[in-house]
Amino acid sequence: MRTEDLVSQLTRGLTPVRRLPSPLAMLGLWSLFCATVIAAALLVSGLREDFAAWLMNGLDLYHLMSAALVALTAGYAAFQLALPDRDQRWALLPVPAVIGWLVTLGWGCLADFARLGWEAFHLSMSMPCLGFIIGLGVPMTVAIILLTRHAALLRSTPVAALGGLSAAAFASLGLTLVHELNAALMVLVWHGLAVLVVTCLGALAGPMLMRRAAAG
Amino acid sequence: MSKLTLPFPSSGRRMSAAEDRPTRDIRWSALMARAQDGDAPAYDTLLRECLPLLRAICRQRLREPAEVEDAVQDTLLTLHRVRHTYDPARPFRPWIAAIAERRALDRGRGVARSLSRTTDLQAADHIGVEGDAESRLMSSDLRAAVGQLPASQRTALQLTKIEALSLAEASARSGMSMGALKVATHRAVQSLRRKFGIESSKAEP
Repeated sequence: MRTEDLVSQLTRGLTPVRRLPSPLAMLGLWSLFCATVIAAALLVSGLREDFAAWLMNGLDLYHLMSAALVALTAGYAAFQLALPDRDQRWALLPVPAVIGWLVTLGWGCLADFARLGWEAFHLSMSMPCLGFIIGLGVPMTVAIILLTRHAALLRSTPVAALGGLSAAAFASLGLTLVHELNAALMVLVWHGLAVLVVTCLGALAGPMLMRRAAAG
Repeated sequence: MSKLTLPFPSSGRRMSAAEDRPTRDIRWSALMARAQDGDAPAYDTLLRECLPLLRAICRQRLREPAEVEDAVQDTLLTLHRVRHTYDPARPFRPWIAAIAERRALDRGRGVARSLSRTTDLQAADHIGVEGDAESRLMSSDLRAAVGQLPASQRTALQLTKIEALSLAEASARSGMSMGALKVATHRAVQSLRRKFGIESSKAEP
């Protein structure tokens, strides 16, 4: 087919389209959705009993804030990168927040060590952590993939990975509110592992899902 | 002195040579905004005006004119599907250029893959040729035509195509260099094709 004929074909019967909201508006929508999911989880599981006392500990507040920052920056980067003309360096936006999250937890590990000695490095299996973050993070990743499905033909893998990271960070945030896991090392290992799993799942399965959603 | 142009033409208007880039970019943004609202003539004008830009971008990444045209068409199809992602507050050119670069890159990867497949096929070219060539040699015309070839070409054809030897083996058997064997085989095949009126393009895989 000649290119000029293709142009005629594309323009014939052109229908109006609804413009995509800005990345900031999309982030607002996404955060609202995640807040609703976390609120539902809180309704089911209830707020952790030691929440007020736990929050008074400044370090834990930093942890909560850095997880929120990872969720927001990764989500914003995903919405930016999903647009064709945006710089691919947007993918680096969540890096400082991720480093901040790791540093906060690393500092927490040292504080635990100073308080408890070698006991602080006792690591046990925490299936609820893994289950909660993966169980909540995966459906949330599907939601952000649907929101960014227009990236299917452009940069699907980084967008899906960032979407997975944002969803997992929101799930980690939600878990911190409902589940007691006071040893920083436990949080670092199990939250970290679960976030990694969800991010990788997003990167691997996300592009295919995006293509299907975009085609539908 | 540049001539003033109407900022929003209705349709069918070609970009004037005197129009500078910022003016054109503003006009393209406006045309795309109208296309998003369903204005088909604006969309038609925009796409046709963009074709030289798209071809130039694709040409930077692809050599074959046919591949360039395929990449331009891929770009148009992608653009059409993601046209709702364009923000009229932003310049149109980087938006369409990013799509074109992406499609040209993908097309380039596809070409590289198909080239490697072609190379594989060429490497395996001699496989299965033996029987085919032998059955053809049953034809007395062909046998006669081969008999009329110069001795070096006949030997090369016999060893590389009929006996399906590798170039190294054929070289050892005939005492001809591998380069000379290649040239002689090629000339022999061309000469036979000409004799039997087979078009090269049809005969090529």
